[in-house]
Amino acid sequence: MTKQEALYIYLLRLADQHLILGHRLSEMSSKGPFLEEDIACSNIALDLIGNANHILQYAAEVEGKNKTADDLAFLRDERNFYNTFLAEQPNVDFAYVMVRHFFADVFDSLVYAELTKSSDETLAAIAAKALKEITYHLRHTSKWIIRLGDGTEVSKTRVQNAINELYRFTGELFEMNEVDTILINEKIACDLSALHTPWLAKVNAVLTEATLTLPSDTFMQRGSRNGVHTEHLGFLLAEMQHLHRAFPGAQW
Amino acid sequence: MKPIAEIWKVLEGIPDPEIPVISVVELGIIRALRYEGHSLIITITPTYSGCPAMTAISMDIHNNLRENGIEDFKIETVYTPAWTTDWMNAEAKEKLRKYGIAPPNELVKHKLNVLTGDHDEEVNCPHCGSSNTSLTSQFGSTACKSLYKCNDCLEPFDYFKCI
Repeated sequence: MTKQEALYIYLLRLADQHLILGHRLSEMSSKGPFLEEDIACSNIALDLIGNANHILQYAAEVEGKNKTADDLAFLRDERNFYNTFLAEQPNVDFAYVMVRHFFADVFDSLVYAELTKSSDETLAAIAAKALKEITYHLRHTSKWIIRLGDGTEVSKTRVQNAINELYRFTGELFEMNEVDTILINEKIACDLSALHTPWLAKVNAVLTEATLTLPSDTFMQRGSRNGVHTEHLGFLLAEMQHLHRAFPGAQW
Repeated sequence: MKPIAEIWKVLEGIPDPEIPVISVVELGIIRALRYEGHSLIITITPTYSGCPAMTAISMDIHNNLRENGIEDFKIETVYTPAWTTDWMNAEAKEKLRKYGIAPPNELVKHKLNVLTGDHDEEVNCPHCGSSNTSLTSQFGSTACKSLYKCNDCLEPFDYFKCI
């Protein structure tokens, strides 16, 4: 694998994570529990999709096959998406939505802080921009986890259930392969294994305040680094890509 | 070729599509103007990654330049340095306040800690000036604003959050 190929896959991994998280969250638009939260979810979804758009534009440039960000978002199939299992999990209830984004936001806050130091200037610039937005996202989800956990019996049960169900998809966030090895050598990517301890520390700090706990002895599900996904991604892509595939090059 | 200073004047006449009391220049979106040969290069930077107003702003720049007889130009987007509310001057902040939007505090003084999310910003009500206000939601009607309410005059208001 060349450095260029590794960078292309790495950018897809970053972009897909935000594209899929953002698309999932956009499903909350008009379905939020109350108006302000509806607006918050839509705003965060917009940040995530906007960031994915910037990264995909750069990925298309790195690939050098004259493609656009839209081509990469709408014309790739499931097996060529590199978002984690966590990102594609459905919005079962509001607690699931917040836990999914909380786990992802803590991870992003660490990864993007590292990527601002990347030797790849474009990636470092995109990361610096995204980090400002992630700071607000994480603040929002952390506060929700605390309110739900330290709230009523129902909210606590629901948020704990969501944690128990979604925690098994978090191991994958730190998984590395040849792509990482090549890019770490070039000082483009960061060492994900070094981020696991700070991730757990931050997650546990919030959960403790929320009177919640992480499950123990969880078997961590893996596969997305190789383009393997849970059954949920295919349905999401079918909806997300339908218009572009039915009317190629559609614009408005 | 129109002198750069005149082009700045043209651009200063373009209002932000969401907050029409301030111009896209005051907002700090337009970073630089230069000529490459006969071609004018306009460098812009997005406020928020997904800000939908960026498309409208690009279109407004196109239309305004054409109306002023400038045909040969290109708009380039840069991400670095990342846009910050600190680029807004005191005059622009005062315009926001008069419009009913609490202007952003200075980022240098209120930098959010990425991991703890700590910050105790004092946001003053744009209507009565009271500092006795509370945050309703961090995310408001547009990507750049949060929702607050004033505990004294009881008016809700938007705060242009500092990033």
